[in-house]
Amino acid sequence: MAEGAPAAVLVRVQEADFDPGREIEALRGRSTGAVVSFVGIAREFSDAFAVERITLEHYPGMTERCLEDIGRRALARWNLLAVHIIHRHGELLPGDRIVLVATASTHRDAAFEACRYVVDFLKTEAPFWKREAGQGGARWVEAKQSDDQARERWRDPSAPG
Amino acid sequence: MQLRLMYFARLREAIGRSQETVQVPPAVTNLGQLRAWLVARGDPWEQAFARVQPVRIALDQVVSGDETPLHGDAEVAFFPPVTGG
Repeated sequence: MAEGAPAAVLVRVQEADFDPGREIEALRGRSTGAVVSFVGIAREFSDAFAVERITLEHYPGMTERCLEDIGRRALARWNLLAVHIIHRHGELLPGDRIVLVATASTHRDAAFEACRYVVDFLKTEAPFWKREAGQGGARWVEAKQSDDQARERWRDPSAPG
Repeated sequence: MQLRLMYFARLREAIGRSQETVQVPPAVTNLGQLRAWLVARGDPWEQAFARVQPVRIALDQVVSGDETPLHGDAEVAFFPPVTGG
């Protein structure tokens, strides 16, 4: 990122794939000490269900707004240089990239913690819904309680971060 | 009062449409009352809201509680818990 650029939240919601290497490189700069990234990938198996394809539905407008809000909350909580969030929608196959979250900071702790924070809130707040299809038919993915618990961790003032 | 309603995922399938514009009576003033009014219209809303639980409600693209007041021309979305990422 450009030297002296203000801390920025960048959100892209798109059908197209992205290049994680390029996105991470875009965050490198002379004042950047650390870039942490998370890439979420469509799995072949969901419980015992063999997934052949996934459809990701979303709520255009609210999705972008929600992701920007999560990014801004991360900026307010940690000393970050940038938060980039790219999330795909539409038709996906097992092995396809779904989401990229990348955080940049001067020191590594902020980038590590903020990346996990953004992923945890994205999973429970961003209006996306997965539908899996395979030989066994098609089904909507159920929300996981463990995702809610992961988010709640950040609300506890005694928790790390 | 005129409202723009949107439905997503399992709820969209159960209702058989992704959006509609409705005129609600003056007695419908908040999100909880709006959902009750939709259910009282009968099927497909009644069955859909019975089958798909829980349902989240977003008012003007912000997830909001049942007590949140409505305003004219609001965009109200109904959907199951999210599963992105």
